[in-house]
Parts: sequence; C-alpha cells; structure tokens
Amino acid sequence: MIDLINLFIKAVFVENLALTFFLGMCTFLAVSKQIGTALGLGIAVVVVQSLTIPINNLIYQFLIRDGALAWTGLSGMNLSFLGLITYISVIAAVVQVLEMFLDRHVPSLYNSLGIFLPLITVNCAILGGCLFMVERDYTFSESVTYGVGSGVGWALAIVAMAGVREKLKYSDIPDGLQGLGVAFITAGLMALGFMAFSGIQL
Amino acid sequence: MAYQHRKILFDPILDNNPIILQVLGICSALAVTSKLSTTITMCIALTVVTALSNAAISVVRNHIPSSIRIIVQMTIISSLVIVADQFIKAYAFTISKELSVFVGLIITNCIVMGRAEAYAMKHPPLPSLLDGLGNGLGYSALLLVIGTIRELLGSGSLFGYPILLLERDGGWYVPNGLLLLPPSAFFLIGMIIWVVRSWKPAQVEEPEYRIHHAPRPEVAS
Repeated sequence: MIDLINLFIKAVFVENLALTFFLGMCTFLAVSKQIGTALGLGIAVVVVQSLTIPINNLIYQFLIRDGALAWTGLSGMNLSFLGLITYISVIAAVVQVLEMFLDRHVPSLYNSLGIFLPLITVNCAILGGCLFMVERDYTFSESVTYGVGSGVGWALAIVAMAGVREKLKYSDIPDGLQGLGVAFITAGLMALGFMAFSGIQL
Repeated sequence: MAYQHRKILFDPILDNNPIILQVLGICSALAVTSKLSTTITMCIALTVVTALSNAAISVVRNHIPSSIRIIVQMTIISSLVIVADQFIKAYAFTISKELSVFVGLIITNCIVMGRAEAYAMKHPPLPSLLDGLGNGLGYSALLLVIGTIRELLGSGSLFGYPILLLERDGGWYVPNGLLLLPPSAFFLIGMIIWVVRSWKPAQVEEPEYRIHHAPRPEVAS
C-alpha cells in the first residue's frame, strides 16, 4: 500500500509529465490562457489517463509482451513491435467511447468537456504515460495509480500555468516576446521550480 | 494548379517555422536536445516520417471518409513510426536507449498530424511530400541550433568530442550545468522566438491588453 502512495506522489510531483518530461506541451501552451478552460482540459486528461493506462497495461501483460501468448499455446511469440499502434488505437477508441457515453448520460459534463476530448487523442502526455508504463514494467495496481497520478500532475501544471498567464497579460512585454515567447520562459521558470522535487527519494 | 516546389520546401524553415510560429511539436524539441547525437537521430526520424506520411496520406486522400480520417491518419503514421523505431533499435541501439519513449511519441507529434490534416488532405502527393520534408527540416533546423548550444556550453563538447577544454581536465572552460537541465530548452526557445520576431516583425503577436499612457494629472505646486 505504502508503495502505491509513494508512486502516486512521485507521479504527481517528482516525475510531473508536463514539467519534467515536457509531454503534452502543444496543448499545454495553447490551452492555458484561462483558468476555466485549463481546468476542463485537466479533468478530461485525468479521466482519459486513468482509463487508458490500466487498459493498455492489461493488453501489454496478456497479449503483446514477450512470451505473453503462452496461454494460447504460442509460447515463442513476441508481438511487442505492435505496441505503438495498439496503444494509440486504444487511446483513440477510449476517447471516442467516453465522448459517446458522456453525450448520452451526462450531457452537462459533455457540454463543458466536449471540445477538449478530441484534442486528447493527440496529446503526447497520454501516449507518453502508456509508454513509460511499459518501459518500467508496472503491475496492474501500479498502472492504475500511475494513471491517476500522472493525470493529476498534468492537470495541476496546466492550471498553475493558466493562473500565471492570466496575470501576465497585464505586464509590459517586449514586442518580440509577446504571446508565445513569454509563455515559453514562464514554463521554463515553472519547470525550474518543479526541479526542486527531483531530489526527493521515495 | 501550379505549385512552386522551392517555396513549399523552404518556407517552413524560417518564414513559417513549425515550432516557433505554428506551435507544433514542442515536446520532443525540449526533451531530446541535451546532446547533439540524440538530436540528429530524432531530426532524421521525424523528417522521414513527416515526409512519407504526408505523401501516403495524400495518395489515399480521396478515399478516406471524413468521419474516420483521424483514425486512418493515425494508423498510417504509427506504422511508419514503428518502422523508424525498429530501424533505430537495430542500427543505433545506445541512442535508442537514450531517446527512450520519444521515438514512439513521434506518433503524437503535432507536426506530423498537423501537416497531414492541414496540407496532405487537400493537395497531390508531390507537393505534400515536399511540404512534409520542409516542415521536418524547419523542425530540425531549430532543434540543431538548440542542441548545439546546449551541448557546447553545457558539457563543452560536440557529438561527444571535447571542443572547449574543461577546467577539471586542466582547461579553462567551466561548464554551465543549467544548460544540461531540461528547463534551459524553454529559455532557449523563448530567446530564439524573440530574435526571429525582432528580425521579422510581421510574426509579432498582437498583445491582448495594451497599456495606455494616461496624461499626468496637473498638480498645483
């Protein structure tokens, strides 16, 4: 149990997907102009991340890893080269199903998250999380924890960034740095701040 | 319709750079640039994948139903990335270990998807191929600049060969460790954006909020 709590804290702060691995940067910079929209996108990422990572973990453990097909009698099979295409299809399918489910049963949430859901398929944070899960060989319970934790970490980062940028628009910035330039420098300063967590051993 | 091939190929390098103007493909630009050898591998892989996926998608563009086009594009792109990944693993294994998940992440690199959606779906194969190549080169140009600065000033070497003699080896150069840390890439890209936009003022963004200079109130002395 204590291992899982440690993994969660590590996924949120020490190995924050947005600020230490720079995953999902395109959306991170494009959708962080207002706190409200940033929060909506953050919640959508948490939901998709905590569904896709465990699903991909099951697929990896029982279908594509080296020797995983032993239960069908094909002990020499190694399908791990099919990993990338499988994970991205699972992500696209989960996003699509989630969109249809919300539309049918929770229309109020669908209306607030609707526009962000298709964006998430191409968010590298989701695929990156799946690939880290495979690289580190997590078990199923670890993958659930990691999925929730890394999603929460990404959401935390984008909401904080949106908070900074809302104030930043009133500042007097040199012309060439206006907009994107200063957003990069802000993100750099935030990443430096998050490096303070990197010495924590859990 | 006549296509100016040279313009399609060279425009994305400076005038319409995918990273600094279109805000596409930033993730890998930050994470792989601390050494020049990984940077170059990543640039080649991305340029090849973008060019080929643009060409392939453009060939089948009239047969893709628009409701499932994202899935179709994704399948083509991820097949190409699997080939690139296996190729790097076979011929440059140590570099593939250092790149870890970032080769796989070319699939979700917005440059590939963005160019497929914005260009290859509407244009014939040859211009699409050149557009993919041009955008790949624009990405590579920026990454190589960042990679060179980070490796030269961060560890005093290029491609692992020492250029500036380090102080601990009896030389004069004290390496700047900050440049090896990931946040420095953010600052470098911010600075490059500043330089390019000062040179080409047409790219400057309109501020959302202007500071007005109010007349100073007269104060009776």
